[in-house]
Amino acid sequence: MHRVGDLDFESWVCPVPLRDTPTIVMGHGGGGVMSGELIEHLFLPAYGAAAAAELGDSAVLSIGGTRLAFSTDSFVVKPMFFPGGSIGDLAVNGTVNDLAMSGATPLFLSTAFILQEGTELSELGRIAEAMGTAAQAAGVRLVTGDTKVVDSASGDGVYINTAGIGVIADGVDIDPRRARPGDAVLISGDIGVHGVAVMSCREGLEFGTTVESDTAALHGLVAAMIATRADLHVLRDPTRGGVAASLNEIARASAVGIDLVERDLPVPQTVRDACSLLGLDPLQVANEGKLLAIVPAESADQVLEALRAHPLGRSARRIGTCGADHPGMVVARTGLGGTRVIGLPIGEQLPRIC
Amino acid sequence: MKYLDEFSDPDLAKKLLDQIHAATTRQWAMMEVCGGQTHSIIRHGIDQLLPDGVELIHGPGCPVCVTPLEIIDRALAIAARPGVIFCSFGDMLRVPGSSQDLFAVKSAGGDVRVVYSPLDALKLARENPDREVVFFGIGFETTAPANAMTVYQAKRLGVRNFSLLVSHVLVPPAIGAIMESSTCRVQAFLAAGHVCSVMGTSEYPPLAEKYQVPIVVTGFEPLDILEGIRRTVIQLEAGRHELENAYPRAVRDEGNVPAMEMLRDVFEVTDRTWRGIGMIPRSGWKLSAEYREFDAELRFDVTGIHTAESALCRAGEVLQGLIKPHECAAFGKECTPRNPLGATMVSSEGACAAYYTYRRLELVDAK
Repeated sequence: MHRVGDLDFESWVCPVPLRDTPTIVMGHGGGGVMSGELIEHLFLPAYGAAAAAELGDSAVLSIGGTRLAFSTDSFVVKPMFFPGGSIGDLAVNGTVNDLAMSGATPLFLSTAFILQEGTELSELGRIAEAMGTAAQAAGVRLVTGDTKVVDSASGDGVYINTAGIGVIADGVDIDPRRARPGDAVLISGDIGVHGVAVMSCREGLEFGTTVESDTAALHGLVAAMIATRADLHVLRDPTRGGVAASLNEIARASAVGIDLVERDLPVPQTVRDACSLLGLDPLQVANEGKLLAIVPAESADQVLEALRAHPLGRSARRIGTCGADHPGMVVARTGLGGTRVIGLPIGEQLPRIC
Repeated sequence: MKYLDEFSDPDLAKKLLDQIHAATTRQWAMMEVCGGQTHSIIRHGIDQLLPDGVELIHGPGCPVCVTPLEIIDRALAIAARPGVIFCSFGDMLRVPGSSQDLFAVKSAGGDVRVVYSPLDALKLARENPDREVVFFGIGFETTAPANAMTVYQAKRLGVRNFSLLVSHVLVPPAIGAIMESSTCRVQAFLAAGHVCSVMGTSEYPPLAEKYQVPIVVTGFEPLDILEGIRRTVIQLEAGRHELENAYPRAVRDEGNVPAMEMLRDVFEVTDRTWRGIGMIPRSGWKLSAEYREFDAELRFDVTGIHTAESALCRAGEVLQGLIKPHECAAFGKECTPRNPLGATMVSSEGACAAYYTYRRLELVDAK
């Protein structure tokens, strides 16, 4: 029998490190560090010379003197219907927004479905109608598509892939590598809303009030900013991994530090409450109708004015500044005056035990 | 939860900080017991705002961090069995066992599910009578009542395909173990408010007396933590060693009586191994004889599992407050949240993960 005084703290050991897993785990799809490693260490080496990816949300291609933005995205959201939208809305708006973040006017989308055997046709119909409505609202045409069915044991409802093409106007040069020290960091509105809306539908989670997803097509908002003729350096829609992931990616791509002021972050009370309950960070929660803009400081007020004049940007505000210190890192000044590093999420955000 | 905003008020925080600075005349080392407090301290940058004389030592109060490797390996073995639905709180999925974690088991086809309450797992058991549903019941006195209630309900409803893998640990014996250690530097404790909201405060005055240390029951919001620190400093400076309740809005001296009755019915005290500390006598709970049929370890016979450990990791010393996370040679190099050597880097409440996530800036600056 041990006595407490006999405990040997010095020889305590803990587990051997987990090496990269030999199989795909959920974190590989979380939009954080693990997703990046999968691209860097598996896809790009395998593609070899065929790879020509700058790892932005869209590829920018010059064809016959025209600059095209080309993007693809897959949607596997559960539940398929949530307050404020459905997987259909996301499938259109998600790709429209990826194109818009390169400054493109989205024009054409493809739609490909992988359907689980047994899916109700009425559900699929509602999803397809949502896609039609969203496409009309975004001014894009659904020009080609594909449908596959997998047996009931191999899928989980409806998976959708959309790819899209848009045209980038002359003089627009929006690129994740263009953030510069001194630039202002703007957000078009409240953060974390979509992630909380989806979580609120999951079994056993009720937050007292209904939080509706912010899913929306952002090309109009981008057009309003471009119309100011300000030199927009970077745009991102902070979806998976939230604002934290997007800003970390920008900080690394541009080799700048980003300083946020926590008190200036627009986090609605409902989002804050839900995140408090679950031990999640609102900065890492997904958004589907918001954009981050990095613009020269002298253009910040003008761009904010343009954002606020648009229905999707009424609550736009400045949340931080790019700097030369701590390049590649995002740092927040806390409400009490301390600082904390805002990291890139590893895989998926996990609710804390207590 | 509007009322919580008042507990983050920067003006009130500054007043408390000024009082802490004014009261501190010497070097003091105090331990916040709970991982939730560690997380809050780092997240709000509280430790950067304290006087140099106040050192916060991060305690062994992260339930994920102290769950023994042996139990995690048993969890992995159970979760990998066909016909099992293994339910856990999210944080446990990334904790490495000897060779893998629950994410890897899930990837290999194991039915591993994140739930938000053990009662969700019981519901799953009733909906899936042909499957064995297991809930990973870890944590301190805070999470134990809900687990006890779930087992009680399972018995009452006759749900035979539900079981609990139990690894509950208790705070007061850990405080004793820390104070008994020959290398202990702790001069005072911020006790875990949520633990005391369940168990009350009666276990702490004897510890304060025996070890001559102030113990201040402390909450989790920034002002709660600052108030706990302020009261602790005042006691230390005055040479007092008493129990104080700085979290009265959640903690009553008698605790949550119905919850304690439920705990006494369903669990019995047992010796428990703590990851990073070792075996502490009578520091945990296991299912009592009346509920033993719901014990997953017995139901699945998961014994004889070989465990292999890393010699690099110094989580034990971190948990003891003997070193800061960044003083471990593996910190941020071999050991990151992406590739954790120890549970303190796995859990978002773990001291190493909190440092890695929020404090790398000054660590970079220091180089």
